[in-house]
Amino acid sequence: MSDMKKKNSKTKYAKSGPLLLIAAPGIIYLLINNYIPMFGIFLAFKKFSYKKGVWGSPWNGFDNFKFLFQTKDALIMTRNTILYNLAFIVIGTIIAITIAIFLNALGDSIRTKFFQSALLLPNLMSWVIIAYMVFAFLNSDSGFINNTILKALGKKEIAWYMESKYWPFILTFVQMWKNAGYQSIIYLAAIAGIDKSVYEAASLDGASKVQQIFRITLPMLKPTVIILTLMAVGRIFFSDFGLFYQVPMNSGAVYSTTQTIDTYVYRGLMELNDVGMSAAAGLFQSLLGFIIVVSANALVRKIDSDNALF
Amino acid sequence: MVNMKKKLMASDTKIFKIVSTIILGLLALVALLPIILIVIASFTDETTLLRNGYSFFPEMWSADAYVYMIQQGSTIFRAYGISILVTIIGTVVSVLITTMIAYPMSRRNFKYKNALAFFVFFTMLFNGGVVPSYMMWTQVFQIKNTLWALIIPNYLCGAFNIFLVRNYYANSIPEALIESAQIDGASELTIFFKIIFPLAVPTVATISLFTALIYWNDWVNALYYIQKPQYYGIQNLLIRIMNNIQYLKSGAASVAVGTGAISLPSNAVRMSMAVIGILPIVVIYPFVQKYFVKGVVVGAVKG
Repeated sequence: MSDMKKKNSKTKYAKSGPLLLIAAPGIIYLLINNYIPMFGIFLAFKKFSYKKGVWGSPWNGFDNFKFLFQTKDALIMTRNTILYNLAFIVIGTIIAITIAIFLNALGDSIRTKFFQSALLLPNLMSWVIIAYMVFAFLNSDSGFINNTILKALGKKEIAWYMESKYWPFILTFVQMWKNAGYQSIIYLAAIAGIDKSVYEAASLDGASKVQQIFRITLPMLKPTVIILTLMAVGRIFFSDFGLFYQVPMNSGAVYSTTQTIDTYVYRGLMELNDVGMSAAAGLFQSLLGFIIVVSANALVRKIDSDNALF
Repeated sequence: MVNMKKKLMASDTKIFKIVSTIILGLLALVALLPIILIVIASFTDETTLLRNGYSFFPEMWSADAYVYMIQQGSTIFRAYGISILVTIIGTVVSVLITTMIAYPMSRRNFKYKNALAFFVFFTMLFNGGVVPSYMMWTQVFQIKNTLWALIIPNYLCGAFNIFLVRNYYANSIPEALIESAQIDGASELTIFFKIIFPLAVPTVATISLFTALIYWNDWVNALYYIQKPQYYGIQNLLIRIMNNIQYLKSGAASVAVGTGAISLPSNAVRMSMAVIGILPIVVIYPFVQKYFVKGVVVGAVKG
């Protein structure tokens, strides 16, 4: 009987109705939250005004894009988005692997637990809180750096929120502070998965710890690094809105190094009321993002089809 | 010779452990210092702050900021309440929807299994962007300045969590269990709620944690959809106070009348607000860290 049942279930589908019903709330939500806006990209080809509404506003072809790419903003925000992402990928990977290797070296101890907890904690903070912390260090009246460090060094105070040249370093540091511990989790898991006997054999042959890292650990991590990097590259046109909007406290003086596509879209929509241009920038981002994520995946599949997303 | 080599190896391992401890110790210090600074700053006397700025070793300590916050508390308590409410409702609804849609996707004999998986997956590849979804939520659904705006847009049901749960079902819940329940005449709905959902507790814990963190830490939905401060949760109240510390005063002015107003210790109050904002996270962190780490590892293994 049970054999027959098994045979049947292989050829026969389950009733779809009840299963679809269970999935329905999720399907409806995704349709509304994710799919309807996909069709809303036509807003990028309209001269939008709130008075006339979504349907009543006149079409204006590619005018929004023309205006967008005539401004310096388009170049600046695209450059910033890509360069920050590249910096985050390179530096982030190095730091995360370093942390993972050291954590692994300490084994399963209380020390390891403490270090990992401490390094992971920043990841749980909101960007608003992080902006407060950065403010505590950087603000010109009462900031720790101006009042304590620069004073001790006998240097002049710096108006951090007014000077754009410092922000690439500040934002990269903050991003690493928030995410390095989180990223290291994945690498730590990958290192834990490496066969211990390989290290034992290397030890017997007299390989030092440092040699083992460079000859065993790092080569073994290569697939993980490649996959995670390609996944990050797939998101290269997207930035973390909180990092670039909240941490510089929306300071106009530093836009040249803090403006990304995401902050531009927000400002266009909510502050400048330039809906058409903002929609154009958004569509530009979505399309490039789509192309690059599909290409990145094609690459992953070529290297290691098990890890391809699709 | 071999002995010497062994000794060398042992000392090599030892040295490496010491180096690891030192470097990780320094990194952990860097990770914790900003948090420590805002805690100390919040307990610093205001005149000391005005003279020396925020510092790790203040000349004079004071709890004035917290006294002030309790006295002028209505704005803060309200925002806190909204954050808690939004986090609870958002997390419960999200977990329910997510675990439900993941279930048919895990059933091998569900006809539309692959179609559904692609439907979910495509949302990771392409999105319409902020502007169309803003127009939809504000113009069609009229969500502006309601509590719904804090719960519904963006976070209720995401592909990452769906796949996390789907994989868990597919790998950990035997098909035979479902089949035998079907033979006993149980409906799909009964099977889901009586068998599948209870068995999925570990993964439910993980996605609950992720989702609760997202709701507690979110300020973006309110930035777009809330203009009336009475709907602000704690994060957006923090943004508001950073921009205008006087807001705290004006918001609760009627309450404070006649209490013998303490002058506003604005620099310390700012930081004490931030401390209050992270307090729940720091308190639950030791208990949930395990699930967090597990979730990240599982999620990374393939969606």
